[in-house]
Amino acid sequence: MITRSRTEVTLRVDPIACRAHGLCAEELPEAITLDEWGYPILPSGPLPPELVRRARAAAAACPVLALRLEQRRR
Amino acid sequence: MTATQFDTGSLIGHDMPDPYATDRLLPKGRAPSLADHLTRLGPLPRSTSAQLSQLLEAAGLLGRGGAGFPTGRKVAAVAASVAASRLPAVVVANCCEGDPTSLKDRVLVERSPHLVVDGALHAAEALGADRVVLAVHDDSPARFTLAAALAERPQTSCEVTVVEVPDRYIASEATALVRYLNSGDARPAGRLVPIWESGVGGRPTLVDNAETLAQLALIARFGPAWFGAIGTAAEPGTCLVTIGGAVRRPGVVEVAHGTPLASVLGRAGAPSTGWALLGGLAGRWVELSAIAGVGFSTAELAAAGGTRGVGSIIVLPPGGCVLGETARILRYHADSGARQCGPCMFGLPAIAADMTALGSGDRGALERLRRRLPVINGRGGCGHPDGAVALAASALAVLTTREGSHLHRHLTGGRCQAPPSVVPLGAAAASRPATPPRPGGSVIDRPGRRS
Repeated sequence: MITRSRTEVTLRVDPIACRAHGLCAEELPEAITLDEWGYPILPSGPLPPELVRRARAAAAACPVLALRLEQRRR
Repeated sequence: MTATQFDTGSLIGHDMPDPYATDRLLPKGRAPSLADHLTRLGPLPRSTSAQLSQLLEAAGLLGRGGAGFPTGRKVAAVAASVAASRLPAVVVANCCEGDPTSLKDRVLVERSPHLVVDGALHAAEALGADRVVLAVHDDSPARFTLAAALAERPQTSCEVTVVEVPDRYIASEATALVRYLNSGDARPAGRLVPIWESGVGGRPTLVDNAETLAQLALIARFGPAWFGAIGTAAEPGTCLVTIGGAVRRPGVVEVAHGTPLASVLGRAGAPSTGWALLGGLAGRWVELSAIAGVGFSTAELAAAGGTRGVGSIIVLPPGGCVLGETARILRYHADSGARQCGPCMFGLPAIAADMTALGSGDRGALERLRRRLPVINGRGGCGHPDGAVALAASALAVLTTREGSHLHRHLTGGRCQAPPSVVPLGAAAASRPATPPRPGGSVIDRPGRRS
């Protein structure tokens, strides 16, 4: 059996750095929602591959760079 | 596996203490001098980090600060970081005991200071650490006790200092402790970079609770077989339990793991029925008659819907109100948070207000709590919000089942005739007075004041 190694991308936020600007949820509403105080709620599992590009944009849009993408090989 | 495999010499000519006695950590009488301590327990052997982590794994030692992380794995993680980074490690003995329901570490330090110091020094030697920090609360008696213990050891293998940490609930959380030592800011630093990789001074750092280190010093001396002569198979050895609230003889007892709760509570003259808070301010509410036969150990308590947490049991008086006590504790959690992240800044005050509102008959508060608790959980900069959520969820479970009629009385504007609250709360951050000046001394050190 051939196993294809692929990269999983997960979103992580530094909750101490986050200032609830909310831009991440505007960039990527399919995956990121905000709690009632404006802080992001992230999906716990890996992102669907088709969202990775916009997830990168969401991370780049964060004014305090609290959002990051973590890549893991599986 | 026994200690003799690792260090035969140190045990020759010295009798091991009775492995079936439960006064391992708290021998009777006053704190022994170093000479008496060594007469009782013999010299401290040496081990490598690999030996130490194996010994601790074999002994099944879980951290006693509240999180219950396997100590052997922690030691191995620090050792791996030391090997990878080639930086000397730092060992921090956390003697702060931030949870106000717990007294065990205070009692341990007063009664067996040398055992705690032994544990820190043994871990430091095994890891090749060049610095040991004994962290105590500001103005606590422990700073003098530990300084006196160190004065009896003029030559230690590395630099050992007693450092005073602000007396706040959150200040002795492991990452807050490391951040305080680095910068004088005693707020949690987040969980993104583990402290066993980059802790004090950017070096691999082992932070262990005082009781954990005292147990480590016993395991290092006498080995896992001696250690496990009492206790359960899953969790060998003894542990310290603080019993407080509406009991006849409040205090700290040492028991073998697996001792039925009824018997543990009996040592404090506690009643056999009524509500009790198990595990500290981030704990769970349990009904004493329902858990009388449950053994006191991490796994058994968790399986019975309780938690070991910091090992405290606070018993409510007859008619005590779980709702009122929980609302008070949640307000304390909200006030004592570091307010760095959203869940702490907004989530904790919100659920504290909800629980208070529930007590005043606001039916909507029940729905708000059910919605908010899962949203807050797991999203904080440290575990503080999660602890508050767990407590609140436990209270809701109790109030909507066993104490349903009591909740109904609150919701219908009836009078809650509960006696005064008994769960001890420390001073919250905002209401702390400025710390007065203290005597200087070369051993006692505080970060942020160094030139």
